[in-house]
Amino acid sequence: MKLDKIQQYLLKEIADLTDVPAGAYNIRSNSQSIGRQSSANITITPKTDVSGIDIRIKDGTKNESVHIPVVMTESGLKEEVYNDFYVGDNADVEIVAGCGIDNCGNHDSEHDGIHRFFVGKNSKVKYVEKHFGSGEGSGKRILNPVTEVYMEENSFVEMEMVQIKGVDDTVRTTIAELKEGASLVVRERLMTHNEQKAYSIYTVSLNGKNSTADVVSRAVARDNSYQKFEAKIVGNAECKGHTECDSIIMDNGQILAVPALEANNVDASLVHEAAIGKIAGEQIDKLMTLGLTEAEAEQEIINGFLR
Amino acid sequence: MLKIENLSFNVNSGEKEIIKNISLEIPDGKLIVVTGPNGGGKSTLAKLIAGLEKPSEGKIFFKGEDITDMSITDRAKLGIAFAFQQPVKFKGIRVIDLIRLSAGKELSIAEACEYLSLVGLCAREYIDREVNSSLSGGELKRIEIAIVLARKSLLTVFDEPEAGIDLWSFSNLIDVFRQQREEIKDRSILIISHQERILNIADEIVVLNNGEIEKHGKKDELLPELIGTSAAVAKCKGIKKELDD
Repeated sequence: MKLDKIQQYLLKEIADLTDVPAGAYNIRSNSQSIGRQSSANITITPKTDVSGIDIRIKDGTKNESVHIPVVMTESGLKEEVYNDFYVGDNADVEIVAGCGIDNCGNHDSEHDGIHRFFVGKNSKVKYVEKHFGSGEGSGKRILNPVTEVYMEENSFVEMEMVQIKGVDDTVRTTIAELKEGASLVVRERLMTHNEQKAYSIYTVSLNGKNSTADVVSRAVARDNSYQKFEAKIVGNAECKGHTECDSIIMDNGQILAVPALEANNVDASLVHEAAIGKIAGEQIDKLMTLGLTEAEAEQEIINGFLR
Repeated sequence: MLKIENLSFNVNSGEKEIIKNISLEIPDGKLIVVTGPNGGGKSTLAKLIAGLEKPSEGKIFFKGEDITDMSITDRAKLGIAFAFQQPVKFKGIRVIDLIRLSAGKELSIAEACEYLSLVGLCAREYIDREVNSSLSGGELKRIEIAIVLARKSLLTVFDEPEAGIDLWSFSNLIDVFRQQREEIKDRSILIISHQERILNIADEIVVLNNGEIEKHGKKDELLPELIGTSAAVAKCKGIKKELDD
């Protein structure tokens, strides 16, 4: 597998990869798999009906990882990719996805990844998804990920969803359904700049007794960008749910935060929080007394906030 | 070190004068404590020196250079450090980050931890903590002091450093001020405080009342007449006040 410089750069940004990853992987570049490897416990096979792959993780697979990064460097490419993850029972794995688009042309490039997770009983999954765009062309870099998570009894999923730079248009849709004792943690970090638009929509259904969800988004909207964060937690059983949206607004940015709770069971305990504000002046003052310029102070505050 | 000439600070378009035509000199290598009643202008004076407020009139010179119109950043770079009375909280920024920014270089964890140990905090427990509201007021205050110590500035201004600090670390704090003076030759320290024990380590005491310097003199001359007044509160009273608050 040979990667050019832009592909290497994108892979580093989205998956922190400088070489072929250890364990199972599938690297997709410009709509083609350019490298794929299964492991003894993790099998990756291409779908036959649509574009995409099936990732099957055996029961009891522990401390293994799967990398499935996507890079696009051809301007004007549009694709829809269906990836399904079947995680067996009692597994403990890390899944690293992510998409980097470099668009130096004048046509829009778009990657819509539809990821479905079927997580077995007592399994633990850490999912990391980073989205990144670069390139000087006027063509947009568009990403519309759909993530569906179906969690069996006592499973645990932690999702780290990051979009820090360069994605012009995004609609991120995430739905999750949790059975008894299942637990979902989402940490989203989002920064938009220039004329970018980002919609992030979550619907988490707590269907089983003692299921829990914690959906936290930290977002920064700069320049003329627009963000909408919509997180709904539905409590259909004795459960605990928390959603939080904490945003920094800068320049002419716009943010609409719509946290929503729906309780359909008297023992559902649901909490939401949302806060939008500019960077506190005293935070900038404090860092300036440490010798940082105003611009450096702002950057440091944002870096910390989106850490 | 620092020379203040005819400094005034007004608010409400000049209607209210917080600082009234103050002139003051802080010599090299001296520890000056500014005391006086609440609302007398002490914190404002500290902010004017650090550049967080701009004076309505007057001049401030640091090492002979006119810094009146200088930004907070430029003053910090010249060697003025400022410990806030109310420490600022952040989201996601950790103690180690602020200590490193303050030092202006990549300190090792062990080096950064030394500053926390100086203010009586178990460094390993705190170094990776976020500087946010999960920390108590006393913890934030001690971390604020540790951060300022890492700057190794020529002039450090502490605005009521003892507030929220318990008795044990209070005596520790006094030691910190002593060590600070020994660490860098000619370093000056300006402390806003009305704690008798802090006044007691001063070289000079300034009493600021109603925006004016009421008294200014050597500690040995001034302290006896201040003891028992609101300008020199014994720590036990201070603790009671904190509990009352």
